[in-house]
Amino acid sequence: MSAGENMTMTTVPSQKERRSGGGIADLLKRLLRMRETGLILIILALFVAMSFASPYFLTWVNMRAMAMAFAVEGIVVVGMTILLISGGIDLSVGSVTALAMVIAGLLFLNGVDPWTASAVAIAACAAIGATMGFFVTRVGLHHFIVSLAVMVIARGLCLLGTGGRPLGLYTLPPEFKFIGQGSIGVIPVVIIIFVAVVVAFDFMLRRTTVFRKVFYTGSNEKAAAYSGIRTKKVVFLTTTLCSALCGVAGVIFMARFGSAQPTFGIGMELNVIAAAVIGGASLSGGSGTIFGAILGTVLLSVVSSSLALLDVSVYWQDIIRGSILLAAVTIDHYLNKRRG
Amino acid sequence: MSEGVENDLILKITKLTKSFGSIRALREIDFELRRGEIHALAGENGAGKSTLMNIIDGILSPDSGEIRLDGKPVSMTSPAMAQKLGIGFVHQEIALCPDITVAENIFMAATSTSGTLLMDFRALERRAAEILHRLGDIDPAAPVRTLSISQQQLVEIAKALTLDCRVLILDEPTAALTEREAQILFDIMRNLAKQGISIIYISHRMVEIFENCDRVTVLRDGQYITTMNVAETTPGEVVSAMVGRVIDSLYPEKQSENERSEEIILDVRNPTERTRFSDVSFELRKGEILGLAGLIGAGRSEIVKGICRLEGEVTGDVTLFGRKLALRRYSDSIAEGIVYLSEDRKQDGLFLDMSIAANVSALNVRQVASKAGLIDDGREAELAERLGSRLNLKCGHVGQPVSALSGGNQQKVAIAKMLSVNPKVIFLDEPTRGVDVGAKAEIHRILRDLARNGVGIIIISSELPELIGVCDRVLVVREGCIAGEVAGDEMTERNIMYLASVAEVRKEAS
Repeated sequence: MSAGENMTMTTVPSQKERRSGGGIADLLKRLLRMRETGLILIILALFVAMSFASPYFLTWVNMRAMAMAFAVEGIVVVGMTILLISGGIDLSVGSVTALAMVIAGLLFLNGVDPWTASAVAIAACAAIGATMGFFVTRVGLHHFIVSLAVMVIARGLCLLGTGGRPLGLYTLPPEFKFIGQGSIGVIPVVIIIFVAVVVAFDFMLRRTTVFRKVFYTGSNEKAAAYSGIRTKKVVFLTTTLCSALCGVAGVIFMARFGSAQPTFGIGMELNVIAAAVIGGASLSGGSGTIFGAILGTVLLSVVSSSLALLDVSVYWQDIIRGSILLAAVTIDHYLNKRRG
Repeated sequence: MSEGVENDLILKITKLTKSFGSIRALREIDFELRRGEIHALAGENGAGKSTLMNIIDGILSPDSGEIRLDGKPVSMTSPAMAQKLGIGFVHQEIALCPDITVAENIFMAATSTSGTLLMDFRALERRAAEILHRLGDIDPAAPVRTLSISQQQLVEIAKALTLDCRVLILDEPTAALTEREAQILFDIMRNLAKQGISIIYISHRMVEIFENCDRVTVLRDGQYITTMNVAETTPGEVVSAMVGRVIDSLYPEKQSENERSEEIILDVRNPTERTRFSDVSFELRKGEILGLAGLIGAGRSEIVKGICRLEGEVTGDVTLFGRKLALRRYSDSIAEGIVYLSEDRKQDGLFLDMSIAANVSALNVRQVASKAGLIDDGREAELAERLGSRLNLKCGHVGQPVSALSGGNQQKVAIAKMLSVNPKVIFLDEPTRGVDVGAKAEIHRILRDLARNGVGIIIISSELPELIGVCDRVLVVREGCIAGEVAGDEMTERNIMYLASVAEVRKEAS
């Protein structure tokens, strides 16, 4: 019995500590232990505090702007979380997202209809992910290095394709722009897409056998291989999926801005990884939830928006964001120790 | 107690108590260590041995109680302080830096206390060689990565010896050693004891305790039970003290004469892997437990992993119940009902941070899922509960992470994982390593039951008494080939060791 051992408690979503006896008190206790509950409480506290501090905060316009701000990036967070769970990481998400915009934009300017152009861009991003997956699983390099290289290469391609200037896509047909700018009823389409992606992947990650293999692989790759799971294939696919979702995000951004910006998404990887980690994903793999990661995204976004409303300098915003990340990870570290 | 006896004690512990949260890990433990004695500490996993040793080494601090070293009360606050006071601790898990040399590893602890700024690598290697000379043939300039596990273990011991220690704690040092290496270690231990060093020796193996130790102290459930002179007690008495009940027989009954069957479950013909083994043909009959013996590095695990297609490019035929199998990867083996229990459950057997239920279903998650591939939590929990109760698994609930379980119960989860796919043949690699006496007996009983019910059981073990006690027939592997087979009365440690090592003996003679 060595108490010094640092054990990490994972939320395998499909096994939520079931059958430990019923009772509302028990349920409450379990809820309180969950990472998500803590995040929700913090976000609610921020909401309450901000609604007193700024009359603009709790307005429909501000809420809508905030949701729009994190919705598209949230799609990338989904991909990143799944990749982190499988034990990988991707630093290239920002530049791959930008590359999707540039590819779709260039094709459109050369007469391809925007839907086909988008499909090609998403496929190209998936191919980039597959290439990274190849270097990681077949060549045996580390995700960090491979994606760092691809981050730089993809950014270079963006600048090369556009000459460094944003592409104005003024002739985008309205039905395409509708994806990024339209609303159904009062709800922006962007948010509908975002919610659909999140709900779908959250469900799959919790319930399907395919995604369970992602958890096994990330938790202990060797044990997964010794359970007959083709771990390289799993890692290859999660790497590809993450880049493909960057492609989707890039296309939606293009529809929203009506332009393709080669310098878009610089520093995005840090935001995305931070959100996933604040939401409970572990950098060593094997744990994390989509729901948690999205709450992490929301938290970061609420903080940014609050700071802006309070007229805090943008320079401070980075410092505060970084500190939140550090605090979240530290708290988590101690909570895990105590549980162990 | 007279003055003379008091002076004779290097370490005296009285009424030591330690709790972790609500769990009382140690309750008023007393322990006395004499100068120059080898003192065995016995107890099941969770009995408190490690906690006690961690307190002596300053890793943990006690809630109450007293530790006297050389008659003076001390309070150890860190391993570094324990080292200064002359306490060396060789942990069960090897904790060396793989990329630096043996010499540097050995003096790692010593450098932090030497007070010099620059490293003198030559001197380091020379001094390392002096120490290693006593322990066996290890090159001090070799990176640790290139050594075998047993050599690494010896490096760990060398590391403790550099510190001029007066008390040396060895936590299951033979778990990864071959019989011969273990004997070398015992010689070293006796030598050190003669030089006045006191040794606390933790082991599950009664034979080792009875052959090498002077006294034995037994802990159970965090309490001190008894201290006995080894010469005046029996293994049976020690085991009874450990488990708190009399164990009539350590091993289950073997296959009886009329249970014997000629029906062949598994027939392996000429499996060959370029560099590791060749032509290792054997067959497994219904109802029997087959053992694979051999020295570490002889290729036992490699053969078994090869047959299961876990690693290597293997040729040769595998026939299961008369049907030749086309196996390409391990998932094919699992689908055919051939499974492998790995020798290191923490490294590659279990998902420690995941739930018991998720571990049990890992070999085939599909069986607890709907046709569409959706996992049914209820069915998954039910599977784990059913197999858990069959194996007498002790846990709160199947949603608990496996890391919360004791070694024996973790191993039961690993076995439950194998059973989840209703296997026809199970290869078990060191199935009871690091498992306490009680759980060990249970695992053996389970394996016998499985064999009786027609499941093919093949066990790899480095512990000869286990192979002899459990198996009906033992194949001995030497240098990637089957050197021979023993069964019935021929199954003795001597015969097996002879077959396992005769080639080496010849080499030495020529």
